[in-house]
Amino acid sequence: MGKKTTTVIVAGVGGQGILLASNLLSEAAMEAGYDVKKSEIHGMSQRGGDVISTVRFGEKVYSPIVGLGEADVILAFEKLEAMRNLPYLKKEGMVIVNDYRIDPLPVASGYMEYPEGIIEFLKERVKTIALDARDLAEKAGNIRTMNVVLLGVLSKNLDIPEDIWLQVIERRVPPKAIEANKVAFRLGREVAEKAFAGA
Amino acid sequence: MKKAILSGNEAIARGFWEGGGHFANAYPGTPSTEIVENIMKYPEIRAQWAVNEKTSLEIALGASFAGARSLVAMKHVGLNVAADPFFSASYIGATGGLVIVTADDPGMHSSQNEQDNRWYALHAKVPMFEPTDSHEAKELTKQALSLSEEFDTPWLIRSTTRISHSLSIVELGEREEVEIKGYVPDFEKRNLLPVNARKRHEVVEERTLKLREFSEKFWGNRIEEGEDSIGVVANGISYQHAREAIPDATFLKLLMTWPLPDNLIREFASKVKKIFVVEEGDPYLETYLKAMNLGVEIIGKEKIPMTGELNPTIVREALLGQRPSYFEIPKIPHRPPALCPGCPHTPVFYILKRLKANVTGDIGCYTLGALPPLSSMDTCVEMGGSIGNAYGIEIAEAMRGLDPRKKKLVAVIGDSTFYHSGVTPLIDLFHNNGITTVIILDNSITAMTGHQENPGTDVGYRIPKRRVDIEKLVRGIGVEHVYTVDSFDMKKLKEVINREIHRKEPSVIIAKRPCVLLPQMKKRKYTYAIADPQKCTSCTLCWKLGCPAISVTKDKKTWINPDLCVGCGVCIDVCPVDAIYLADPEADNARKAGEEVLGWVKKQQQ
Repeated sequence: MGKKTTTVIVAGVGGQGILLASNLLSEAAMEAGYDVKKSEIHGMSQRGGDVISTVRFGEKVYSPIVGLGEADVILAFEKLEAMRNLPYLKKEGMVIVNDYRIDPLPVASGYMEYPEGIIEFLKERVKTIALDARDLAEKAGNIRTMNVVLLGVLSKNLDIPEDIWLQVIERRVPPKAIEANKVAFRLGREVAEKAFAGA
Repeated sequence: MKKAILSGNEAIARGFWEGGGHFANAYPGTPSTEIVENIMKYPEIRAQWAVNEKTSLEIALGASFAGARSLVAMKHVGLNVAADPFFSASYIGATGGLVIVTADDPGMHSSQNEQDNRWYALHAKVPMFEPTDSHEAKELTKQALSLSEEFDTPWLIRSTTRISHSLSIVELGEREEVEIKGYVPDFEKRNLLPVNARKRHEVVEERTLKLREFSEKFWGNRIEEGEDSIGVVANGISYQHAREAIPDATFLKLLMTWPLPDNLIREFASKVKKIFVVEEGDPYLETYLKAMNLGVEIIGKEKIPMTGELNPTIVREALLGQRPSYFEIPKIPHRPPALCPGCPHTPVFYILKRLKANVTGDIGCYTLGALPPLSSMDTCVEMGGSIGNAYGIEIAEAMRGLDPRKKKLVAVIGDSTFYHSGVTPLIDLFHNNGITTVIILDNSITAMTGHQENPGTDVGYRIPKRRVDIEKLVRGIGVEHVYTVDSFDMKKLKEVINREIHRKEPSVIIAKRPCVLLPQMKKRKYTYAIADPQKCTSCTLCWKLGCPAISVTKDKKTWINPDLCVGCGVCIDVCPVDAIYLADPEADNARKAGEEVLGWVKKQQQ
């Protein structure tokens, strides 16, 4: 990875734990010795709107955000949000997407349709890992570890050692939830390993 | 050296602490709120919420009179509210260091305009710093405190959303302990009678000359040598975007952007063949540089967008003509923010919509009542604007010879906004014989910005404070028709609103219920509502509540998401065919919980 700056866009819906996930990623990158910047938007987005957090790390990071066609990875907690942020991805970038649907208000109140075939749309265009992170979080014993499952998948694709990730998780999650989060992290890593084996 | 990843706002708080800050206060406003919220974590500092930005600056200025190092933080439009004391403070100066933080919102993530507050520095002749990352935000705040005392002036720090809400690595320092000097009267300095103010204006102009000299040598204003073909001048976050987009250029980095360093700018201009000015918002730096007649081509807003935020890609495309390559997507549903499941504002807007009222609105979570399907707010201008706007419509309609009651005029305002700046227009309306109905949505907290206490907060969770009762306040003005109604009692609420909008006298309805996200409300496990598809007639009434828990199945029946529903039962009340019921009527639900919290509150007040 070296001098190049890596950019991850974490996207989803308000209340899904996106800011915690991007905090864990930023901290892991700092512990691994990188310069790090992270940007997030508060305010209106807290009320069930879409949320984006951008994390950038490398030898020296200038801007905390990127424009169209510049992100290396989109880590999406909800599939419509993966699609919404696709224009920010590099053509050779990668999408990690939770195959999970939350209806936005225009869909819920019957004004618009939720698009069909989002995962296929992504796969046709770009390297995509799709998984049911909610299901894996349940397997890990705590549904709230969904964000750590997704970080596990992401971690396999970044130049940050596994033990740093585990230390950061231990430090940042409540003591009772550490074991479940570690399991969730490993389940996520396995998904990424299988995806590469198949590729 | 100890390091931490901090947001710009956390870094400003840290800088205030390291710089020996004593007192801070603010009215919350995105993206500035976390500054004072984080200052509250330092036990050496007294920090509190103010009723509005003007009072916050007046109090901080008073603390500075007495020699306390003080800080006040506000969003960009907040400085409009505080502009009056801001201009006077420039003449008076600072005994204890006085830092005023303005957090602007290019891109309007959570604001009604995109004003560029750098003009305030120029306008009021108050020196200004603009950090480009969190570490600088901390250092500049710390230095501004002592410089404010040295130059006897308030000091403006201008942040933007991407500085305030971006995290970067900060080197932490220790706190410098400073004594509070104590109050010593100084009539000629602080009493701006014309006879004194004329002398003070002279002092301000002399001070400006000294600040200009300081700006020339200040470490934060510097030339970063690169190639000579392109020179870039940039401030704040635009510096970071430009540094990334045009890495090889020669840069003039400006952390102090008023007064500007003329000699340094000339030196920079002599080193380069052309100058790009990269700044969000107005051509503030560009106008200044162009007026200096530097003899070099200067390119700014002809290429750089005047609206919205910048990023490296936009800068690259605008100045270097490099078009980004990216995936296009079809039109997809947007995901607007919505009032929460169990929100006490929902029934009020639902009823206003049914009554076909003309509603002037205000600023808070409840502004979301303007969006479909509730769609029941015509205007939203600024903090406290709703009451005056509605009363003005009433005046114009009456001047046409019409009975303004036929317009069904209602002003809707939140509790915190009412304290902020709704009281004075209500006095106007009452005193000048207005009759417009005012609804105060009282959820006991400043919710939109993340639950800061306000004078009416029933549940103070830090220090016990005196409560200002809205009903008594309104009655004190002289309004006779004041009704406090449970927001979830839709039958009574509808009856009262319908009666009051037809009354030929002013009336105030206080729709009361605690915010469903209050800690006392949120920690519970609630039951949920179920819609029976056999009974559901697809009449769409419950869909029109705009509740995020309610959605429509493929065969057009109501479906309620049990993960999101909090069992408030408002949809049960609107359903005409009794198709909706609670999964477990005995279990805890948001309606019951609200009553418990309110009951607890009543006991506390007795």
